[in-house]
Amino acid sequence: MDFTNYKTDGFYDELLEESGHARAGAAHVVKRISEMPFDELLQRQRAAEAALLQMGITFAVYGDKSGTEKIFPFDIIPRIIEAKDWAYLEKGLKQRIHALNLFITDVYNDGKILKDKVIPADLIKTAKTYRPQLEGFTPPRGIWAHVTGTDLVRDSDGQFYVLEDNMRCPSGVSYVLENRHVLKRTFPLAFAAGHVRPVDEYPNRLLETLQYLAPDTLASPRVVTLTPGVYNSAYFEHSFLSQQMGIPLVEGPDLVVKDGYVMMRTTKGYERADVIYRRVDDDFLDPKVFREDSLLGVPGIMEVYKAGRVALANAPGGGIADDKAVYAYVPKIIKYYLGEEAILPNVPTFVCDEEKDCKHVIENIEKMVVKAANESGGYGMLVGPHSSKEQCDEFRLKVAQNPRNYIAQPMVALSRAPVIVDDHFEGRHVDLRPYVLYGKDIYVLPGGLTRVALKKGSVVVNSSQGGGSKDTWVLGGPSSNGKPTDVDAGKH
Amino acid sequence: MLSRVASAIYWMNRYVERAENVARFVHVNLHLELDLPILEGAVGSQWQPLIWTTGDEKEFEKRYAEKGGVTRENVIHFLTFDTENPNSIASCVKSARENARSIREVISSEMWFTLNRFYLMVRDPLAKSTAANDPHTFYTDVKTACALFIGETMSTMSHGEGWHFGRIGRLLERADKTSRILDVKYYILLPRVEYVGMPLDTIQWVALLKSASAFEMYRKRFSIITPKQVSAFLLLDREFPRAALHCINDAEESLRSITGSTENTYSNPAEQLLGRLLADLNYAQIDEIIKVGLHEYIDNLQSRINQTDDAIYRTFFEVRPATSQSQSQG
Repeated sequence: MDFTNYKTDGFYDELLEESGHARAGAAHVVKRISEMPFDELLQRQRAAEAALLQMGITFAVYGDKSGTEKIFPFDIIPRIIEAKDWAYLEKGLKQRIHALNLFITDVYNDGKILKDKVIPADLIKTAKTYRPQLEGFTPPRGIWAHVTGTDLVRDSDGQFYVLEDNMRCPSGVSYVLENRHVLKRTFPLAFAAGHVRPVDEYPNRLLETLQYLAPDTLASPRVVTLTPGVYNSAYFEHSFLSQQMGIPLVEGPDLVVKDGYVMMRTTKGYERADVIYRRVDDDFLDPKVFREDSLLGVPGIMEVYKAGRVALANAPGGGIADDKAVYAYVPKIIKYYLGEEAILPNVPTFVCDEEKDCKHVIENIEKMVVKAANESGGYGMLVGPHSSKEQCDEFRLKVAQNPRNYIAQPMVALSRAPVIVDDHFEGRHVDLRPYVLYGKDIYVLPGGLTRVALKKGSVVVNSSQGGGSKDTWVLGGPSSNGKPTDVDAGKH
Repeated sequence: MLSRVASAIYWMNRYVERAENVARFVHVNLHLELDLPILEGAVGSQWQPLIWTTGDEKEFEKRYAEKGGVTRENVIHFLTFDTENPNSIASCVKSARENARSIREVISSEMWFTLNRFYLMVRDPLAKSTAANDPHTFYTDVKTACALFIGETMSTMSHGEGWHFGRIGRLLERADKTSRILDVKYYILLPRVEYVGMPLDTIQWVALLKSASAFEMYRKRFSIITPKQVSAFLLLDREFPRAALHCINDAEESLRSITGSTENTYSNPAEQLLGRLLADLNYAQIDEIIKVGLHEYIDNLQSRINQTDDAIYRTFFEVRPATSQSQSQG
């Protein structure tokens, strides 16, 4: 099945140039796929889907009583990132995450950046993700975001931009590992010839990152994963990562605070947990401190945490950096703490909380993408150019009524990649979520989740909104020896 | 090991074992039906005991009385696909898989994979038509899936604490089911005590043995089929893996592996109950059992298995107060 009639339609395509020729790094894969008969390609696509279903790599569909589970739609044509592009991303991500961690510590402690009026103090204190309970607190080793899944997009000129930082409980990395597992079976030959960097070391790196948080005095700290339970849409990932790391997967009711420590209920009595990789949101973590009605958390866990007797990853309160209005300030944050220009640019952002920006957004809403400052998963957003007049008016009203809660961005012409549609290829918009671990130093997994908006023309890639995924092949090259390129990244 | 995890392994194994037993009951009955085209009494008489064997007769009557009561189709549906019956094959497989899903990081990928495929097979809309048109294939597939799961559990999961909890779950379930098969069939075949030992329709007894996959092994042991020896074999045989004594013996051994207790000692109520039950079975004799009443004996056996199950729950799965021992481990 070839790419003869494939059109890039003026978008940046991840595999093909406008002329229809494969990009340098993709030449090998494009050639191999072009030579493959349609039936065979389709058969491989089906085999990959069947493998995912049989392995039970599924997510629960919310609100479906029959217990339906779906596989996350998967397209077998890989997305390819060349070594030099990756080196750039890696450097930019390390810089950004280093600065954001310094920022969070500052915000909860001295507040220098607020006193210096680089960011309005109001903006921080009114953020839904700001946790006054953590004022005056610095987490173990001064790290807040141990695991980050930054969302990146590529514009029509091929430039990468940061779209969201996701410093709370970013999910999806299990799909990176499993997609790779399946694709190695699907295209073994193309894979072998492509010099694709492996992603398998992620669980081990994650475990090291978590172990690093325990006090040095503990010879063998016990690390556990805390999940909201089997009905959570990311449950597969919680279970998968725990299995790969060889650590217990616990639910809230398995833990109890006792004698000043967090204990697990076991068949032999209580046993202490020292580091908790929690996949439960701040809100639900401790009913004594956050939401009282939470049954998913552990009453009293925050007190133990603040006494330094248990470590939590990611650190509660770090979500302040996820606020989309704070996001707009990240280039300034980088400059403020590191004295450097941001390597990875932001998408230009209008903060509706600022009067001038707000006016501009309301007047030009049909040309913009408007997002709620504290939503994720593609909820609470308006894609102006794809919306009716009524929808635009509705958002005009929302923005005017609660400007703090909104930001707006110009429409980015998201890059595309070919997917199989019936009996041919069509371009679909994609984004990229690399995973970054912050322990002894900052580590960027050479790979990432490429999410793809499977609906024609759609730019919303979230799985809850009809998105799928692709395997992401980061190609090896001179700068990819796996060592951190930014020597100072882990130091303060 | 987390209490919740231990409980999930235990129940996962119980449910798989239950599904297998139900499949075997139905399968054997389907064969029997062909051999006995004109059994005395109503058409449904061949199927009624099946409902008794599972112990869900009230549930069945409540929901099927108006749909024709005990008919072949109703009983098969109730025991195989009825999702409202928590003990149907479909429900058991679903529950086993739900438990497995909550402990995927503890069990081996092979175990999960096997169970997930089993679940997808039973859930497949085609399964219902296969079961109706080619029941032999369908019930054989179910039994094979169970055997595969047990085999994977045996050979891919470390034989540590979790594995032992699973083994206890499977064996208690198996002992219970074997005793039920015997109880119900014996009751049907020999309504009155004075009939014991009289020549009876061999086919029925063969069916009973087959319901416990015991026919061939029985033949090797006793060759001639008598009700007394069949009872002795299913309850008191030491070597046959579905005999009550064999199951209780191995369950007791697993329980001691978990706690570290030495033989003939106990350190908690579960061990005490199970050890005492094992001792009783070890020294039991079939003539005595029949004299006292086989039904009464089996009833007592089942209630002691239930008490053990309850004690295991209270000892290991429920929260226990912190002991000085566990604190010193920190």
